[in-house]
Amino acid sequence: MSTVAVVDYGMGNLHSVAKALERVAPRGTSVRVTSSAHDIAAADRVVFPGVGAMRDCMGELQRRGLDEVVREQARRKPLLAVCVGMQILLDFSAENNGIACLGIFAGRVELFDSNMHDARSGERLKVPHMGWNQVHQHAPHPLWESIAQDTRFYFVHSYYAQPVDARVTAATTEYGANFTCAIARDNIFAVQFHPEKSAAAGLQLYSNFLRWNGTV
Amino acid sequence: MSLAKRIIPCLDVDNGRVVKGVKFVDIRDAGDPVEIAKRYDEQGADEITFLDITASAHNRDTMVHVVEAVAGQVFIPLTVGGGIRTVDDIRRMLNAGADKVSINTAAVTRPEFVKEAAERFGAQCIVVAIDAKRVSAPGETPRWEIFTHGGRKATGLDAVMWAQHMVEYGAGEILLTSMDRDGTKIGFDNELNRAVSDAIAVPVIASGGVGTLDDLVNGVKLGHADAVLAASIFHFSTYTVGQAKSYMAQHGIEMRL
Repeated sequence: MSTVAVVDYGMGNLHSVAKALERVAPRGTSVRVTSSAHDIAAADRVVFPGVGAMRDCMGELQRRGLDEVVREQARRKPLLAVCVGMQILLDFSAENNGIACLGIFAGRVELFDSNMHDARSGERLKVPHMGWNQVHQHAPHPLWESIAQDTRFYFVHSYYAQPVDARVTAATTEYGANFTCAIARDNIFAVQFHPEKSAAAGLQLYSNFLRWNGTV
Repeated sequence: MSLAKRIIPCLDVDNGRVVKGVKFVDIRDAGDPVEIAKRYDEQGADEITFLDITASAHNRDTMVHVVEAVAGQVFIPLTVGGGIRTVDDIRRMLNAGADKVSINTAAVTRPEFVKEAAERFGAQCIVVAIDAKRVSAPGETPRWEIFTHGGRKATGLDAVMWAQHMVEYGAGEILLTSMDRDGTKIGFDNELNRAVSDAIAVPVIASGGVGTLDDLVNGVKLGHADAVLAASIFHFSTYTVGQAKSYMAQHGIEMRL
């Protein structure tokens, strides 16, 4: 019996994340949406989602005492962070006039420039970055297994991560310029896009995560 | 490499059933929202929008169950519109598995609602639906006004200014329907689409009037739309979503294929 905890800190819709994980879970894997520090600590794997404004996400995480729990899990077991869950792993976000985050990865989260244009068409780019964009993998990783280079995933965000150490960038996406859309280090993998909304490719990534032992 | 334009099939749901003559040739139950959403997902739909046209509050609970059932099986973004009037309406839909809600009449009657919703749930899940009608005479500078109640009630609000106002209030996306074109199958009002899309920073979904695949191409190329919404051409299996996407790609539009 293996368990995956989906960290519930009151931010956004965890239904889709849990349903997508259940869809691809190997026999004997149980998916648990939970805000219990004990359950999260006891799980074999942790999924750390996040939707909404950074001030609310970070505030709720702290209010429920889950910030330390996430930090602790990030040191020891396979952890997959999604969207704002990824952004929270960095030091600092420029959202809501500046919010200190968990600092598991050195770097900042910045707002997309409001005056970006597509390099080829010259078309003005909208913010939020919303829709299906290509994910360019930087190196092989167990979570990219059976996912073709430059596959499209579903994005919806206005802020993006800028990790200090370029070696943690697992993939980039072009929107005005190339930005880091996935980071990876040891047992941690984090994505800006939403695998639970990215059809077959997203389900494949969740499937890969549920079979990953946390080593690269 | 760049962001793909989106195709969004729209389903009208009344008391838990898809209505407006859905005629898939080989589908078991043509009115079942789950079956139809799965079909569109398989065809490559980039998102799906449900419009709840149910009149009674009692039947609205049914919509929550529809969203739950679809979200358990279809892993692409889902938007729900129709009758969204309170923060609690939004919370219920998002908890059921919707990714975005679309606010229409309530945004006109109480614009602060959009602000409250965006602050509470994030702009990314707040779509403001705008129903616009051309009010300028031929030859004049084009001007469109917002109408509510299915296009019957004029508000005096200018469509472009209203869209800008809604974005300031936190709308993450605008669903723009031309009341002049809705149901006509003669194509989008692309002057309207372009005027709104060029005036705001957030994505615009063009809606109302699609009859051919060229209409979809023109919505992007002439209307500067970020996404195109259509109902009847897909419901009646005139075209599959896949055919529409290939056609748009052949015409130089970035698509997820």
